[in-house]
Amino acid sequence: MVFRSFFNKIKQGLAKTRDLLSGIFRLKGRVDQKFLDELEKRLYLADVGTVATTEILTQVRQAFLDKEITGDVEKFVKDKLKALLDSPREGIRFAEAGPTVVLVAGVNGSGKTTSIAKLAKYCQDQKKKVIVAACDTFRAAAVEQLTIWSQRLGCEIIKNQQGSDPASVAHDACEAARSRKADVLIVDTAGRLHTQAHLMKELEKIHRVVNKSVPGAPHEVLLVLDATGGQNSISQAEHFKKAIQCTGIVLAKLDGTAKGGAIFGIKQKLNLPVKFVGVGEKLDDLEVFDPEAYVEALFND
Amino acid sequence: MFETITRGLTDALKMLRGRGRLTEANMRDGLRQVRTALLEADVNFNVANEFIERVTQTALGKEVLRSLDPSEQIIQIIYTELAQLMGPVDHRFHFAKDRPTVIMLCGLQGSGKTTTAGKLALLLRDKLGRKPMLVAADLQRPAAVDQLKVLGEQLGIAVYSEGAAVPGGKGPNPISVCQNALTHAKKTLLDTVILDTAGRLHIAEMPMDELKQIDRLVKPDDVFLVCDAMTGQDAVNSSKAFNDALDLNGVILTKLDGDARGGAALSIKEVTKVPIKYIGVGEKLQALEEFHPDRMAQRILGHGDIMGIVEKVQRVQQQLSQEEIQKQQEKLEKGNFTLDDFRKQFETIAKMGNMKELMAQMPGMGQMIPEGEDPDVAVRRIQGMIDSMTKKERRDPDLIDLSRRRRIADGSGTQPHEVKQFLNQFDQVRAIMRQMAQMSMWQRMKMIMGMGKSGMFDPGAMMPKTKIGTGHRKSPKERADERKKKRKQDKRR
Repeated sequence: MVFRSFFNKIKQGLAKTRDLLSGIFRLKGRVDQKFLDELEKRLYLADVGTVATTEILTQVRQAFLDKEITGDVEKFVKDKLKALLDSPREGIRFAEAGPTVVLVAGVNGSGKTTSIAKLAKYCQDQKKKVIVAACDTFRAAAVEQLTIWSQRLGCEIIKNQQGSDPASVAHDACEAARSRKADVLIVDTAGRLHTQAHLMKELEKIHRVVNKSVPGAPHEVLLVLDATGGQNSISQAEHFKKAIQCTGIVLAKLDGTAKGGAIFGIKQKLNLPVKFVGVGEKLDDLEVFDPEAYVEALFND
Repeated sequence: MFETITRGLTDALKMLRGRGRLTEANMRDGLRQVRTALLEADVNFNVANEFIERVTQTALGKEVLRSLDPSEQIIQIIYTELAQLMGPVDHRFHFAKDRPTVIMLCGLQGSGKTTTAGKLALLLRDKLGRKPMLVAADLQRPAAVDQLKVLGEQLGIAVYSEGAAVPGGKGPNPISVCQNALTHAKKTLLDTVILDTAGRLHIAEMPMDELKQIDRLVKPDDVFLVCDAMTGQDAVNSSKAFNDALDLNGVILTKLDGDARGGAALSIKEVTKVPIKYIGVGEKLQALEEFHPDRMAQRILGHGDIMGIVEKVQRVQQQLSQEEIQKQQEKLEKGNFTLDDFRKQFETIAKMGNMKELMAQMPGMGQMIPEGEDPDVAVRRIQGMIDSMTKKERRDPDLIDLSRRRRIADGSGTQPHEVKQFLNQFDQVRAIMRQMAQMSMWQRMKMIMGMGKSGMFDPGAMMPKTKIGTGHRKSPKERADERKKKRKQDKRR
């Protein structure tokens, strides 16, 4: 592996966003309606959404209308975007004693299982003993999928057959994590649309069971969002946060042309920060989210 | 689906309604809201702007300004444009005559290809009488092959697989798997082959080349892009790339059973010109439906998807045993509609799918559900009340007096006045049912729509009083006039 810094990786992941956003500040002339329209277009095309886009546009208009387009405008917009995403960069907050339980949830096809494999690798790299729990007992072959990952990672997996109660698997996994002195337990759950009340109830139950088995657990509740998703991601975050008190987001599939700008709306509305970003198909293509780098990479050439 | 865009547009159109004249200024305000609604619904930025531009141009034309009711016409224009943007659509498949038909599914990771492959196979077998075979050509994602095998087993549909890829490059490759599958289908006399390919990024060269090779060597009769309805602005980029590489025949939009506004539907159609053929609307393997742009446009405008409900009702009725239907029909005709029947109807509705989804399809209903109120909860409450009644009470609700009401309320965790309210509502329903027994299907549908507006599931709302059998009776004078007219006509002949 060639050395690739976080910055480069995320920049690669964000190649398209960069193309979109760079250039605008190199326009000559004054900040006029045409410039504002262009800025609006670029933010919208990055899925930034109405609320954040309107806010930034209003502020730029107030501060710079009819002024020369200079580095100040660029800095202003970037700072504003960074401020919108500001949060401590901490990755996973490990428990002081006993196993750290990480609960992972999301809608169907958002990239949960792959993200879990990457998260397990991330923890292993920090010399932690990891156990994964296969609580997606609904989808065909989901357990097999996680099993294959656990074999590749060389970590233990707690599972039951398809159709069994996911909460009981979670319970068994917590017991196993304790008795086998694991440092981290990552709990995979079945993909579910946030509008399906009964499935959200099931998720709440898993959360409860985990909390009963290990005090203070789950220590992290991560929502996996597809960066390709649009404004519906906000609705997803809202429902999942309400059900299981999410602590952060894993923004998956940032290596395509999608920009994942919905995270602005999510941070604004729910104060839910992005913790990790998925930037590729390999196991180590997971990085701790850095708003500075994210916004810089949005603009840099 | 499309609930929020519907709401946004209705708001915008409310502003247009009731204005005497359509000026450029008031139209601009309204259309700005339409544009925001479209953007919030994840319609691509450029597509949304073009749409608004087109509507403005058409609306500013002479016919509109001269017409008597400009706001109606604006609605008509938006509807037509929306429907045009998403249509026309042709749900047919290109079946090959002399060899097994090959349908290839492709798309990004996690868009729902494997599930859709299963749904499609079921639809081809049960609705079109084909003999389908699923082909596990996703050798990349761990256990994808197993997933398809399990699906095939559940559905009783043949699955062709050669196992997954082996790290190091040995083992099967997707191209030969697809080729071998075709040969296998010929041998086993299966006539439709569905290729479930691996999810891939549209900018990844090698994987895209692989798809092109399959396309060239296996020559699929139909190539469908499977796309997540929750996709944002990027829908345009990925669908364009897949279309450029493969010349798509259609798009299948998945996960439309959530609250995704589905603006991607508009964007994809506009940019690629490839029709959206089917939509995935649930986890059940039967949940694959035909896409109808006019319905979708109607729905966006808040007129409700009436035909969609009719179709759904018919499908569920097919599932109900013939006997059951006859029994209900007989009761209906006698006017003996009991609470037991009422509860059965609830179960039928539950079978039809998501309560909220159904209610959103009825005009006015979507707006009627207050933000945060769960129709499922309301339905459960009513079910609880019925369950807390004795058999006798269910057959004859008139028995229920205050003390019985108290008991029912205790049993169902409700308040006695809620029970009373429900019973009053049920009385209205019973009256309507009696009327309905003498109506045509179309009149029944209209009736149901009216019920929707009055708020069955809104505990605070009351049904309008309905009299039984009050057709207009002509007065003796009217009848005399009519007789006169008829005589005159007869004379002329």
